Amino acid sequence: MKMRMTSIAAIALALSLTAGCATRRAERPIDPPTETEVTPNDGLGNDGSQEGGPGSRADFLRSVPADRVFFELDSYSIDGEDRATLDAQAAWLQRYPNVRVTIEGHADERGTREYNLGLGDRRANAARDYLQSRGVSPDRMTVISWGKERPQNPASNEEAWAQNRRAVTVVPQ
Amino acid sequence: MRMRIVPTFRIIAAAAVSLTVGSASIAQTPAPAQPQESEDGQLVVDVTGGQRAALPIAVPYMPTPAATDTAAGGTEALGRQVAQIVATDLGNSGLFTPIGPGGLPNVSFDQVQAPNYGAFSSTGAQNLVQGFVQANPNGSLTVGCYLYDVAAQNQLTRAGYVVQPRDWRRAAHRCADSIYSRLTGEGAYFDTRIVYVSETGPARRRVKRLAIMDYDGANHRFLTNGQYTVLTPRFAPDQRTIVFMTYQGNRQPRVMVYEVETGRVRPLVEQPHMTFAPRYSPDSSRIIFSMAINGNTDIYTIPVGGGTPTRLTNTAGIDTGGSFSPDGRRIVFESDRSGNQQLYVMNADGSNQRRISFGGGGYATPVWSPRGDLIAFTRTGSFQIGVMSPEGSGTRILTRGVYAEGPSWAPNGRAVMFTRGASQGQLWYVDVASGALRRVQTPLGGSDPAWSPLRSN
Repeated sequence: MKMRMTSIAAIALALSLTAGCATRRAERPIDPPTETEVTPNDGLGNDGSQEGGPGSRADFLRSVPADRVFFELDSYSIDGEDRATLDAQAAWLQRYPNVRVTIEGHADERGTREYNLGLGDRRANAARDYLQSRGVSPDRMTVISWGKERPQNPASNEEAWAQNRRAVTVVPQ
Repeated sequence: MRMRIVPTFRIIAAAAVSLTVGSASIAQTPAPAQPQESEDGQLVVDVTGGQRAALPIAVPYMPTPAATDTAAGGTEALGRQVAQIVATDLGNSGLFTPIGPGGLPNVSFDQVQAPNYGAFSSTGAQNLVQGFVQANPNGSLTVGCYLYDVAAQNQLTRAGYVVQPRDWRRAAHRCADSIYSRLTGEGAYFDTRIVYVSETGPARRRVKRLAIMDYDGANHRFLTNGQYTVLTPRFAPDQRTIVFMTYQGNRQPRVMVYEVETGRVRPLVEQPHMTFAPRYSPDSSRIIFSMAINGNTDIYTIPVGGGTPTRLTNTAGIDTGGSFSPDGRRIVFESDRSGNQQLYVMNADGSNQRRISFGGGGYATPVWSPRGDLIAFTRTGSFQIGVMSPEGSGTRILTRGVYAEGPSWAPNGRAVMFTRGASQGQLWYVDVASGALRRVQTPLGGSDPAWSPLRSN
């Protein structure tokens, strides 16, 4: 009995020589950034806007037919209705040349995560390119893709998907 | 640096995670056991061919030579828990039908190396796992692990693991790994971890946090606090870094590299463009990623430590999802250059790009198996996980009737973990050979799982 215990322990020890160094230090939590955000992009469009005067987000939302344009499945083309919307946005931006905007590109849930990041980027760029063609300086526009991470409508149906395939022009509050 | 690491930062949550991976899962019933004779006459499980074998294997509770209190509990209790983990691991693969530990005859310490075969032959078990847990004078634990052939009455393999008490579960997983490898002839995957994205909150304001856990959901920890969105983490093959994508502040979302030893987090590239879809080269020296410039996404590589990106694709379209072959010489990726998402293979320098997927619907998120024999993918439209050969032949769908996305290979190339569910994600994996589906329990919703290499490598 004593002999056997010893031999088992010896075997175990011998076998463990390649195993003993396996303990690694646990990964430490990653601290959040501490920089102050001027206009943090949260992917929530023009949500939470308050009353505001000329050149404000509220003024923008009052002045244009929509803050966003919509796309067909897997498409990034700007159609006639989109052009009317973007024309009005461009006219407003011409009136307030100091306003800088962010254009969010979004996709519906029917694409894979990474592909949708590329697709959202395409859509935001399509809207930006059109605004630029209407005289808005590209220096005033930042694009960001949110892929399928920020759906406008969380439902899984055609109506929701159509609402989620969008490019939103976001004006600072 | 935009992110600081504070060494004294408290672990944000030490969530107690359900360890009962197997019991909460839906398993396809494996076909009856079809063991085959290997060259040395031992029973083996065929995981490569068409045979789907579920080998009955008895795993009795493991005794201790001396009941001792340790930092992880008493050695008697540990012996019971280790046996339970070994049985659960083996059952999770779908290749084994574990018998016990409950209901099996007690094994005394001096029977560990001299099994009472007769007591187990009546259970129908073809193989028997015995072991012990021993507390060592220096505070460590030794876990012994022995595999026997019940009919032939001989020992097939043995192993011993010396671990700190906090790592006792790893010893159990390594014991299961040694048995899986001995009986299948394959590498194993139980002593592994998962890095993934923990999700909570409404879809429009979903909070996504980086989290890490053992492959079975144990030892769960959060790595970020949810203040900013994170996506698509991946383990480096050398386990020194983890790469992930993050939305941070008012800059472009981008790929970050987390250095495990130092805790340092840095951007992969300095360019002011969105970077995403990162994956490591097999030797951990480079990262392949996608970068979107003015609405066009192409694939690049860059040394892990930084430098100048090398552009590999230049078509007008979304080229993304790059994944190296295990020899590092080829890359599989997805592109919509044909009109919808399809899979392509190219040489590591971007030359010789050719399409390999031609079925109906789209194919996305290709991942080259660590064995090199298969490419796992997401079938778009129906959102299922499948595999095909690197030439595009032999397409096989592994999931049915559920929304699934984003496969990640186990290090032995025999199991694939993925996200299930479009809105509230869950983590599931499927053994490619047996077809067994298992859920990994997470404290909250989960997505974008990435399987680590074997930790003991």
